[in-house]
Amino acid sequence: MRKIRVLVAKPGLDGHDRGAKVVARALRDAGMEVIYTGLHQTPQQVVRAAAQEDVDVVALSILSGAHMTLVPKITSGLREVGLVDVSVLVGGIIPDSDALRLYAAGVRKVFGPGSSLEAIVATTRESVQRPLA
Amino acid sequence: MVDDQGLTSLRDAASGLDQRTNALVEALLDGDQLALARLITLVENRSQMVPAILARVFPNTGRARLIGVTGAPGAGKSTLVDRLISGCRDEGGRVGVLAIDPSSPYTGGAILGDRVRMQKWASDPDVFIRSLATRGHLGGLSLATRDAARLLDACGYKTILIETVGTGQSEVDIMDLAHTIILVMAPGAGDEIQAQKAGILEIADVLVVNKADREGANQLVGQLEAMLDLAGELAWRPPVIKTVAGTGRGIEDLLAACQAHQEWLAQGERSGQRLIERAGRELAELVGRIAAERAVKAAREAGLWEDLIAGVANRRLDPYSAAEALLAALESGKSPRGPARSGG
Repeated sequence: MRKIRVLVAKPGLDGHDRGAKVVARALRDAGMEVIYTGLHQTPQQVVRAAAQEDVDVVALSILSGAHMTLVPKITSGLREVGLVDVSVLVGGIIPDSDALRLYAAGVRKVFGPGSSLEAIVATTRESVQRPLA
Repeated sequence: MVDDQGLTSLRDAASGLDQRTNALVEALLDGDQLALARLITLVENRSQMVPAILARVFPNTGRARLIGVTGAPGAGKSTLVDRLISGCRDEGGRVGVLAIDPSSPYTGGAILGDRVRMQKWASDPDVFIRSLATRGHLGGLSLATRDAARLLDACGYKTILIETVGTGQSEVDIMDLAHTIILVMAPGAGDEIQAQKAGILEIADVLVVNKADREGANQLVGQLEAMLDLAGELAWRPPVIKTVAGTGRGIEDLLAACQAHQEWLAQGERSGQRLIERAGRELAELVGRIAAERAVKAAREAGLWEDLIAGVANRRLDPYSAAEALLAALESGKSPRGPARSGG
């Protein structure tokens, strides 16, 4: 079975990266290769990194409330460059109504505060689209 | 699959590419980044297509210059690489970066964080950065790094920067891959003692004292120069360059030193000889790996593998005889009559 590669990114101006780092570690402990790109990513930076690193999953952490501005740009950006088999997960402070709109924009799963690491790791694994063997 | 009966047959392996992979290779040779990324993944995952991919791509390699950047964690390798990208982009041409980080020996996972220091290049279409995990390989690089560098080369990347894991002492892989190797050290990290250990100074073509604005920088430079004096007649004496990667200070000098090394390498028979030696080492290593895989596979299929292991474990058979039996099975294409009995 091949390694699952996950991009963990914090788009926008949000500076609180503890959650993203905790998730990155949990994914690593689950045997995945995590490309951690850190803070202040523009949608273009996220898309290009996802392409170059040939990731299976893009995991975005947004606690600033700017998700409706940033996430659709990322999901459409991924489609535009041909990364149609990459799943997008979003974690952060996301109201339910926004979550529905994010799903419509192509996000696979939205995680609110208090989500368990087990659930995040399991969903990440399940959302891999390309064959693992 | 590769037919191992002659160079012509080896080149024919290229026709072993399926349509999708063939399209990826064509796109890569055309400079396509997405195809490059996907092919690097195939190489990393030891896809069956790798020999055929390399056969197609190899004739288009040999144009890039490879610069290795090594040194202990915390010395500032990634920040320095970020600055080097800038300098190389100023010279023109596409720049590729392979950044290697360690895999956890327990979980097999990895956090690949070198990109964090190279943020701004994500908006430059002529810079390609790829993070690779060591996946259990020791030696400072991952097994896929060499072939990933070849893919970058064939894709048109003029300069390829390779940032090693950076544990310090066992970084031998980079010696066989890069043209010029930069060793990055920082003052106050105990590097003065570290640097004296065998292997480090033998690896480096350029020595960098980074964070040179810190206390102890000049002493470290002095110690390195003194050590080089003691080394006697050196064919190439590594220059010691002070840098402050955070601000970009010293980067021009560093690039000039790399250029000077490149020119020195090009003199006379030197680089030709090095290529021969490296080709010899790569071939020996590759054939060893492929032969071992095939021998074990053949033994398993013949039901021989478990017998041989049990024989060795129970001391009915010594390991060397067991290994010979495996090779005999591979060479003859049929399984031998049974494990040889050893004396005791």
